[in-house]
Amino acid sequence: MSPAAAEVPAAPVPSPLPEPVVAMTGITIQFPGVKALDDVSLRLFPGEVHALMGENGAGKSTLIKALTGVYPYDAGTVTLGGVEQRFATPADAQAAGISTVYQEVNLCPNLTVTENIVLGREPRRRGSIDKRASRERARRVLRELHLDIDPRSVLGSHPIAVQQLVAIARAVDTDARVLVLDEPTSSLDAGEVAELFRVVRSLRERGVAILFVSHFLEQVYEISDRMTVLRNGRLVGEHRTADLPRTDLVRAMIGRELATLEDLEHAAPRPVEDGAVPRLAASGLGRRGAIEPADVRVHAGRVVGLAGLLGSGRTELTRLLFGADRASTGRVEVDGRPVRLRSPRGAIAQGIAFLSEDRKGEGVVGDLTVRDNLLLALQARRGWLRPIPRRAGDEMVARYIRALDVRPADPEALLRNLSGGNQQKVLLARWLLTEPRLLLLDEPTRGIDIGAKAQIQELVAQLAAEGMSVVFVSAELEEVLRICDSVVVLRDRQVVADLDASDTSLDGVVDLIARGNARD
Amino acid sequence: MTVSDTRLPEAPGSPPDPPASPGWQEAARRWLRSTSTGSSTVSVLMTAVLLVVLFGAGSIRYENFGYPQVALNLLVDNAYLIVLAVGMTFVILTGGIDLSSGAVVALGTVMAASLLQAGWPAPLVIVAVLATGSLLGWLMGLAIHGLQLQPFIVTLAGMFLARGICFAISGPSIPIQDDLFTAVAINVVELPGGTFLSYGAVLALVVVAVAAYVLHRTRFGRTVYAIGGSESSAALMGLAVGRTKVGVYVISGFCSALGGLLFSVYILSGWSLHGIGLELDAIAAVVIGGTLLVGGRGLVVGSLLGVLVLGTIKALIDFDGGLNSWWTKITIGVLLLVFVVLQRLTARRAGSAS
Amino acid sequence: MTDRSAAAPGRPVDGLLARARRSPVLWAVAALAVLLLFNLVANPGFFSLRIQDGHLFGNLVNVVKNVAPVLLIAVGMTLVIATRGIDLSVGAVLAISGSVAFTVVEGAADPTSGGTAALAIGLAVAAGLVLGAWNGFLVSVVGIQPIIATLVLMTAGRGIAMLVTDGNIVTAENPVFDWLGGGFVLGLPVQVVITALVLLAVGLFTRRTALGVLIEAVGVNPAAARLAGVRARSITFTVYVFVALVAAVAGLMVTANVSAADANRAGLFIELDAILAVVIGGTSLAGGRYSLTGTVVGALILQTLTTTVLTMGLPDEYIRLFKAVVIIMVFLLQAPRVRAALRRRRGPAATAGGAAGTPADAGPVPPDPVRPSVPEPAAGTGSVPGRPAEQGVLR
Repeated sequence: MSPAAAEVPAAPVPSPLPEPVVAMTGITIQFPGVKALDDVSLRLFPGEVHALMGENGAGKSTLIKALTGVYPYDAGTVTLGGVEQRFATPADAQAAGISTVYQEVNLCPNLTVTENIVLGREPRRRGSIDKRASRERARRVLRELHLDIDPRSVLGSHPIAVQQLVAIARAVDTDARVLVLDEPTSSLDAGEVAELFRVVRSLRERGVAILFVSHFLEQVYEISDRMTVLRNGRLVGEHRTADLPRTDLVRAMIGRELATLEDLEHAAPRPVEDGAVPRLAASGLGRRGAIEPADVRVHAGRVVGLAGLLGSGRTELTRLLFGADRASTGRVEVDGRPVRLRSPRGAIAQGIAFLSEDRKGEGVVGDLTVRDNLLLALQARRGWLRPIPRRAGDEMVARYIRALDVRPADPEALLRNLSGGNQQKVLLARWLLTEPRLLLLDEPTRGIDIGAKAQIQELVAQLAAEGMSVVFVSAELEEVLRICDSVVVLRDRQVVADLDASDTSLDGVVDLIARGNARD
Repeated sequence: MTVSDTRLPEAPGSPPDPPASPGWQEAARRWLRSTSTGSSTVSVLMTAVLLVVLFGAGSIRYENFGYPQVALNLLVDNAYLIVLAVGMTFVILTGGIDLSSGAVVALGTVMAASLLQAGWPAPLVIVAVLATGSLLGWLMGLAIHGLQLQPFIVTLAGMFLARGICFAISGPSIPIQDDLFTAVAINVVELPGGTFLSYGAVLALVVVAVAAYVLHRTRFGRTVYAIGGSESSAALMGLAVGRTKVGVYVISGFCSALGGLLFSVYILSGWSLHGIGLELDAIAAVVIGGTLLVGGRGLVVGSLLGVLVLGTIKALIDFDGGLNSWWTKITIGVLLLVFVVLQRLTARRAGSAS
Repeated sequence: MTDRSAAAPGRPVDGLLARARRSPVLWAVAALAVLLLFNLVANPGFFSLRIQDGHLFGNLVNVVKNVAPVLLIAVGMTLVIATRGIDLSVGAVLAISGSVAFTVVEGAADPTSGGTAALAIGLAVAAGLVLGAWNGFLVSVVGIQPIIATLVLMTAGRGIAMLVTDGNIVTAENPVFDWLGGGFVLGLPVQVVITALVLLAVGLFTRRTALGVLIEAVGVNPAAARLAGVRARSITFTVYVFVALVAAVAGLMVTANVSAADANRAGLFIELDAILAVVIGGTSLAGGRYSLTGTVVGALILQTLTTTVLTMGLPDEYIRLFKAVVIIMVFLLQAPRVRAALRRRRGPAATAGGAAGTPADAGPVPPDPVRPSVPEPAAGTGSVPGRPAEQGVLR
C-alpha cells in the first residue's frame, strides 16, 4: 500500500504562503498493535478552509483528536502560531484558540443557548455570574454570525442544524483562531448546509483557519481551499482543491479506480408486467405530524428510491412501512392481501426487513458479538424457545461474513469494535438471514467508507436481480438514480412525484425537490 | 421533527415565521420556557401548589393544624432532611445518586456523641464530623470519576463503610450532654407573632440559600447542570468535569455530615442505627421537588418544598391519630408515583415536540 | 487468531484463557478463594462437616443455607440488571409475601393443616406476581426509569406489608413452613435445594434457549432489539415479574426461618445485598452481558464474609465494615481503569493481547484485498447468499 502514494500527481504547493497558524509535523500515534497515525503532517493557514479527506479508518478523527488534545501523540510536533504546543486536554486546546464542532453536537441540551455559548467563560461580577452580560455577549455573537436564534431558548428545543450553529457561535465567542468541523453536515439538509457554509465563509473572511471533515465530495469542493488526504494512517498529500480533480482525489483516498461505482449503471431497467400484483402496495399511508398520506408500490425485483431532503418524510414513510411507527391513516397490502403493520414484529412476519438510518442507536448491539448480532433478527422471529442450533448458526455466520466481506472475519469479535462500514454489513446480513421479500434500507451508505459503499450498492442490485424488492432511501440523489428503478420524490412531508428512474435526470429530481409542484 | 423546525430562520426560500402575538399567557409561557430550568420551574410550582393544598386541607380538617407554628415546625422537625436533600440535589443534578447519606448521618451522630464523651471541645467535634463527611464524599467521588465506577454501587459501598465505622465506634446509643449542643437544641430564634424557629431550621434555610446561589451564580454550579445535560459534551467544552463531579460528592458528604450534626442536636444522642433509610427520604424529596433523576434539570428550592411535602404528610397522619404510621409510607410512595408519572408524561410531550 | 477463527468458525482454543483473564468473574472467584483460604488458616473449624441424622451440618452448610434467599433474589436481579434495569423493591416484596402468608396461616380455622399452608403460599406467590407485574408495567409500558419505578414500591411496600399485618409481628406454626425453614431434602437444607433448582432452571432456560441472548440484546440496545423484532417490552416485563416471584419465595423462606413475619425488618437491605452479589459477580449495572455463575460467586462471597466474622467470634457489628472493605477491593480490581493500569505494568505484550477485546486488526483495514467479488456464493446461483443450507436447518 505504501507505493500507492506515488500514484497521486504531486501538486507542489506554491511557496509564497502566509505562515501556517497550525503546523503538525511527523505526528505518530501508536495504538495497541496498530499504528493509527504514521508520520502525518498537516498545515492550516489563516483565512482558509482546509478539508481533511480519507476513508473511514484513514486516521482523520485520530489526527483531529491529536490536534485538540483528546489523544496524546507518540512522536511529532504541533505548533500554533509558530510556538510548539502540547495540549493535554480539550480545555487546553480551547484556551489556546482551537475550537471543535463535532458531528454529534457536543453541547448541553438542557441549558439555554446563552449558557451553551458562554459556559466555562461566563462574565462575572463580584464573583458571581452576570446573567445579563452573558446574554448580551451571546446576542452579540449570534448577531455577528447573522443568526436569528433566541439566546434565552433552551438548546434542546432547536433542531440539530441550529444546535450546530450555536456550537460554532460558541467557538466564535472563544475567539478561536482555528475551528475544526468534524462532519458537521452529515445530518443537515441542503438549506441547512447552505446556512452553515455561509457562516463558515464569513469566519474565513475574518481570518479563521477552518479544518473541515466531510464525506460529501460536493461540499468539500464547494467550500474548501486546500485539502490533506490521508490513507491508512499515512499522509498521501496536500493539495489545493482547485488543482485536484475529483477522480484524482477519490483515487488518492482509496488507492484504486472507482470502476464499480460507474459499472453499476444498470443495463436495462427491470420492467413491471402489466397487471402484476405489487409485493407491497401502500395507499394513503400517513402519520399525523410526520408524513402526509402517501402511495407507494414496490414490485418484485424492483428497487424503489425515496428521494428528498432531511425532514421531507422519507425516513418517516419508511418507518411506517416497517411498523416502527404506527400509521394514523392508510392501508397496506402485501401480495394483494391487506395487512396491518403495527409493530416491527408484525412487519417481519410479512417478510419485511428494515435497516435504520441510525446505525448506532437502532442497529448495532455493540456489546454482543458479530455472531449474536447476525443471528438476532432470525432468532427473534423464531422466538426464544427455538434457539438456532450451534452448528447451523456457525455455518450461516461464517458464510455471511465471507459473502459480505466483514472485517475482521471473527464471529466472536464484539460488534462495537468494528468500523462503521463493517457494522453496516453485519446489520444487512442480519436482515438477509431472515430472507426478507421486501428490504427497506434507510441511508444504508451514509457515513461509511467508499469501499463498503460500493459493496453495499452492488449487493442491492444483486438482491433485486434475484427477485427481492427494495426500498432505498438516500440523501445522495446520484446514488438513488443509479441504483433504483423508480424514484418517489418527497418534499415537505408529501410525496410529490413517482418517476421512472430511466427517464429521469438528476436535475429533474433536484427541481422537484426544490419546487415540488409536479404533482398535478 | 416538524419541517418548520428543521428550517433555519434565514434558510433560502423559507421566510421566517411571523412572531407570535404577545399575550400575557404567551409571555408567561415564554418566560417559563426561556429559563434554563424551565421545565423544573413548572414542576416546582406544582410541588408548591401541592404543599399549599395539603396544608390547607389539614387546616380545614384539624382545628389546630392551621397555626403558623405548625408550618414552622415542618422546618424545625425536618431541618436535617432539608440539608440532606440539598446535598442529594447536587448529586442528582449531575445524574448521580448518593446512597450513603443516611449512613453518614448516623456516622455524624455517633462521632459527635463519642468525641464529646471523650472530652473534645464542641467546635472541634463539629469540624471533625464535617471533615469526615467531606472526606468520605471525596473518596467516593474519586472512585466514581477516577475509576469510572457506577455511583449507585460506590455510594452503596460507602453506605456499608459508614455504617460499619459507626458500629466499630459504638454499638449502643450514646447520649449527648455537651453544653453547646444542648444550648443549640433548646434555644430558638423568636419570630413575630409568638412563633419561633430552631437554630437548626435557620441553618437549613441558609444552606438552601447558599446552594441556590452556588448552583445558579457560579461556574461550578453551571457545570453541575452541564454535566447532567451531557457529561461528554461538558468535557469537550473544556469544563472542569472531574473536579465538579468529585465536588458534588464532597458537597453531599458535607451536607450529610451537617445533617448528622443537626440530627444529633435534634435528638441529643449518637447511635449507629440513626437515619436508616434517610437517603430514600432525601431522594424522594428531591424527586417530588421536580428534579429529574437523569440529571440536568431541577431546583434546590424544589427539594426544600419536597421535604416540606413529606413533612406535611407525616404531620397530617400524626394529627389524625386514627391513621396508622404505615400510611405515611404508602402515601409517600403514591406521591412519588404521581410525580414520576407526571415527569414521564411531560418528558414524552417535550420529546414529541422537538 | 482472527484468520484461524475465520477458517474454522467457533471459539479458538487459545482464546479461552485470554477471554477468561479478561472476564470479571475471575476476580470474584479469586476473592472467594482468598476468603476460604483465610478461613482454612485462621479458622480451621470452618470447613468441618458432620452428618447428623442423615443431615449435613457445618459452617459451609450454613453459608449455603443462609445465602439461599439472597441468592434466589440475586438470580432474578441478574436478569433485571441485564436488561438495563434494577429492582429496589425486592425487600418490600419479600416482606409483603411473608406477611401475607403468615397472616393467612394465623387467621385460618386450622393453622396447622397442609391446605392452609398451600393457600398461604399460593396467595403470597400471587402477591409477588402482582407486584412484579406492577413494576414491569411501570418500567416497560409507562417507560419510567427502573430505579425510580421500583423506588415507589420500595417506599410504599413496607407500608403495605404493615397494612397486611396491622403493624404486628405475626407468628404462626405450621408443619409445612417448619419444613421450609428447617427441613432437609437428600441431606441438604430445603432452601438450598430450592435455590439450586431455581438456579439450574434459570441457567438452562436462558442459555439453552435463546432467551439469554435476547435479554442481553435488550440490555445493550433496546431500540435496536425492538427493530430486530425482539419482544423487548415483554422480555422486560417478564424479568420484573420473575424477580418479584423469587422475592416472594425468598419471603416465604425468611419468614419460615424465624416462624414470624416482621413487616418492618424482614428482608431489610436484601435488595442491596442482591445487587452487590450481581455486581461483584461481574455483571455491569449498565446492562447487557450477564453471568449467573458470577452472581452465585458474588452471593457466596458476601455470605462467607458474614459467616467468617461470626465464627471468629467478632461482634456482628463488624460485618458491614468487612463487607465494605471486600466490596471496595473487588470493585477496584474490576474497574476498567485499574485493570488497564495493572496490564500496563505487566508489559506491552500483555497490553496488546488483552486490550479490551479489540481484535488485532480492528484499526485501518489492509487495503489491498478489500474487495473480492462481493457476495460470492450467490453469484450465478440465483439465490440470496446462504439460502439453500438454511432451509435444511431451519425449516
